[in-house]
Amino acid sequence: MAANPIETAVRTGRLTRALIYAALLVFAVYYLLPLFVMMVNSFKELDEIRGGNMLALPELVTLAPWIKAWNQAQIGVQPTGLAPYFLNSIKMVVPAVVISTLLGALNGYVLTKWRFRGDTLVFALMLFACFIPFQIVLIPMARVLGFLGIAGTTWGLVLVHVVYGLGFTTLFFRNYYAAFPTELVKAAQIDGASFLRIFYRILLPSSGPIIVVTVIWQFTNIWNDFLFGASFSDFDSQPMTVALNNLVSSSTGVKEYNVHFAGAILAAIPTLLVYIVAGRYFVRGLMAGAVKG
Amino acid sequence: MSFLVVNDLEKRFGAVEVLKGIDISVPRGGFLVLVGPSGCGKSTLLNTIAGLETVTAGEILIDGVRVNELHPSKRDIAMVFQSYALYPNMNVAKNMSFGMEMRGVPKAERQQVVARVAAMLQIEDLLHRKPSQLSGGQRQRVAMGRALVRDPKIFLFDEPLSNLDAKLRVEMRTEIQKLHQRLGTTVVYVTHDQIEAMTLATVIAVLKDGVLQQVGSPAEIYNTPANIFVADFMGSPSMNLVPARLDRANGALVVSLKRADGSTTMLPLHEPSAAAEAFIGREVILGLRPESIDDAPVADADGAQRHPLEAHVEVTQPTGADTLAMIRLGGREVVARLRAETGARAGERRRFMVDMSKAVLFDPETEERL
Repeated sequence: MAANPIETAVRTGRLTRALIYAALLVFAVYYLLPLFVMMVNSFKELDEIRGGNMLALPELVTLAPWIKAWNQAQIGVQPTGLAPYFLNSIKMVVPAVVISTLLGALNGYVLTKWRFRGDTLVFALMLFACFIPFQIVLIPMARVLGFLGIAGTTWGLVLVHVVYGLGFTTLFFRNYYAAFPTELVKAAQIDGASFLRIFYRILLPSSGPIIVVTVIWQFTNIWNDFLFGASFSDFDSQPMTVALNNLVSSSTGVKEYNVHFAGAILAAIPTLLVYIVAGRYFVRGLMAGAVKG
Repeated sequence: MSFLVVNDLEKRFGAVEVLKGIDISVPRGGFLVLVGPSGCGKSTLLNTIAGLETVTAGEILIDGVRVNELHPSKRDIAMVFQSYALYPNMNVAKNMSFGMEMRGVPKAERQQVVARVAAMLQIEDLLHRKPSQLSGGQRQRVAMGRALVRDPKIFLFDEPLSNLDAKLRVEMRTEIQKLHQRLGTTVVYVTHDQIEAMTLATVIAVLKDGVLQQVGSPAEIYNTPANIFVADFMGSPSMNLVPARLDRANGALVVSLKRADGSTTMLPLHEPSAAAEAFIGREVILGLRPESIDDAPVADADGAQRHPLEAHVEVTQPTGADTLAMIRLGGREVVARLRAETGARAGERRRFMVDMSKAVLFDPETEERL
């Protein structure tokens, strides 16, 4: 490997390098510690947690807290565990991510390749959506959902998240497609491809990196959302985040920390998976087009 | 009959007039080159012919049919773009057959046509590569192949060679010329390179600021430029433009050049135009191509039209094929194209022969040719 050194802008000495790694290590431990505490305690009996050290490894490994969190714990009035709410979240996140990503891509395509009078104003207004605080739209959104007759349903939540995510997805795709050569669109026009055909035969196949970025961004945001979930869902459409809150902050009975930890990890698993599977494209996608090459 | 007709074409982007009343017609099988400095509207003109831009006024006819309202795909044209515009996600064969696929050509026929064109351009081994795996010259070939599979009424080229290095550019220029001779298809070709224009065209249209300056054969454009802009733009090195006075001496028209020492040199005009008569006794601009001035002895058959004068040589620039000499004439620095083996040295006074048979005169105010 000596013949092929890693490309770097700054050459550093051995000592500097050691210091850098030491600092990185401290930060890594600092950020991983909470996860570690959650992990070890979720495999302990409740008595062991009460009696002992939070940082210690479990003396007796048990899966009971996980099973309980998944399908036995009392949430609200029913002892259903988190499982049905997990499914609710999936049913909400998948369509919301797919629809908002596709619409964002279409918006980006139109705003860069089929420009019209006032397109920059439209884009500026869409960008505005990225800066509107969630709380401001709660009441108008509740009225809209009621008007459409989808208040308290999963589809209602999908609509809310699509509308809220559109600003971001449009921004991502517009900036990506701005660097996409317009001559390709012209060539396809001469070849006789229609508006949509150009989109899905020429632009979409070249959009891999930005699709990954958008999907990760949207998936994490929508999955982790609590406010919209708590405001616009019913008992049968509550997402995971709301159910987790109900589990952890229930004021009756004993506080089952081991179950709470297990539940919190369960709630975090999908976003973690998305990061692990697609994460390496994330950084690459964010940097795409920043440097010509 | 004209195959492509552009009739009083105007194009405005908002308040900006990009094309101002363009009139051009090209016969079937002609090779029209649109040439001009950047921003002159030549690419816009090509895009309106392609249908990628709408026109504000005027009309475009291809093979007698008005195409103003036709979608680009319905005009039966094929275009080669400056950036080649190859679809990055498709391999070469797909790139070439995409248009046919859109037109609903059966798969077997598509493959056959691609194979035939690939053989013609010698790109058979590249058919399964992606554009990113091709060199600049190969991409250029593929872009031409994509246009050729269509067998269109008109080929449109938008500065197709400007991204290639100098050697490859000359090669591809010859290639395009051969293809044109072989296929006989009408071509419209945009370039800012006047050498490409001269070598390829059967008709050249020179544009500046959206106004058509002159349309004509390469020889017409070169020998009788319509105005000072065309004279200066076409030809390398460009035409020498020297302020002078038109006089009558011994019954013939002569151009008098003021020399640095206060004397005048008189050069007789051959076949002066009728318009020139009105300028007797007035200032004019004399246009002389560099090759009209040399230092060869007066032994040629057309010696009668060559007139001697003495001038100071400022620098010489050997190019290999010939030597360019900057000489002082009429208060201006003037380029003379001399033989490669010329004895001219910088700093000396030397005797030159001026061939007045191709001299042109311009009105200094309107800049139009007399």
